[in-house]
Amino acid sequence: MTSRPAPPDPVVRADVSPDPIDPARLVERVGGEGDGAVVLFLGTVRDHNHGRTVTSLAYEAYVPMARRELAAIAREALALHGASRIAAAHRTGTLEPGTASVGIAVAAEHRDAAYRASRHVIEEVKRRLPVWKEERYADGGRAWLEGHPAPGAPARDATPAGAPGEGDA
Amino acid sequence: MAAPAGTVSVRVRFFALLRERAGCDERRVQVPTGSTVGDLLERLAGEIPDMPAGVAAAVDRAYASRDRALRGGEEVALIPPVSGG
Repeated sequence: MTSRPAPPDPVVRADVSPDPIDPARLVERVGGEGDGAVVLFLGTVRDHNHGRTVTSLAYEAYVPMARRELAAIAREALALHGASRIAAAHRTGTLEPGTASVGIAVAAEHRDAAYRASRHVIEEVKRRLPVWKEERYADGGRAWLEGHPAPGAPARDATPAGAPGEGDA
Repeated sequence: MAAPAGTVSVRVRFFALLRERAGCDERRVQVPTGSTVGDLLERLAGEIPDMPAGVAAAVDRAYASRDRALRGGEEVALIPPVSGG
């Protein structure tokens, strides 16, 4: 009897690094002939916030934990929504407006699972990935974004979801 | 380097705004034996000027609650509110 190879990991990529996000590569890596849908989400750097012109965003991460957490989030999304495979990447370093800071590709048999799993990943990334961003402005100023208290942090005044200052990504 | 008797030593890491306020990205801290993550955070809050609110903690790269006991040798990261994406 021949030994069977271990089944391939459905989290095909969960990376936090300074490498540019390559959307085509993410899509290529999740693709499978048994799937009828691939959803690609890109979060990109916006050139304004609170009426100020943003010239760049500097991303800092607790890299080893962020990689582990991103893989855990992807695994949860697969289990919760029944998608087939996920590839996700988050940037570190200084990014100019228009640049992708996060990329998430999800393949599933049907579109509903792919959309839901994709949404789960980005929402959890915002809630708990140990990553921080600092905006640099045209007027020379800079500011760390306020952010969301991570799991286990004491509660503080709630900020409405999607409030200005979050950025979409 | 062994921690003095009655204490344990942990490596504490700081990020983003907290790193700037702490003036370093990591330091070694000795706490009394039997201390929890909460005890450590309370002590650091007394040492770091304007420590931001809503700080979470991770022990050995996983989120940890305030009542988690420290045994010595752990890497404890202070996680200010996150803003990835």
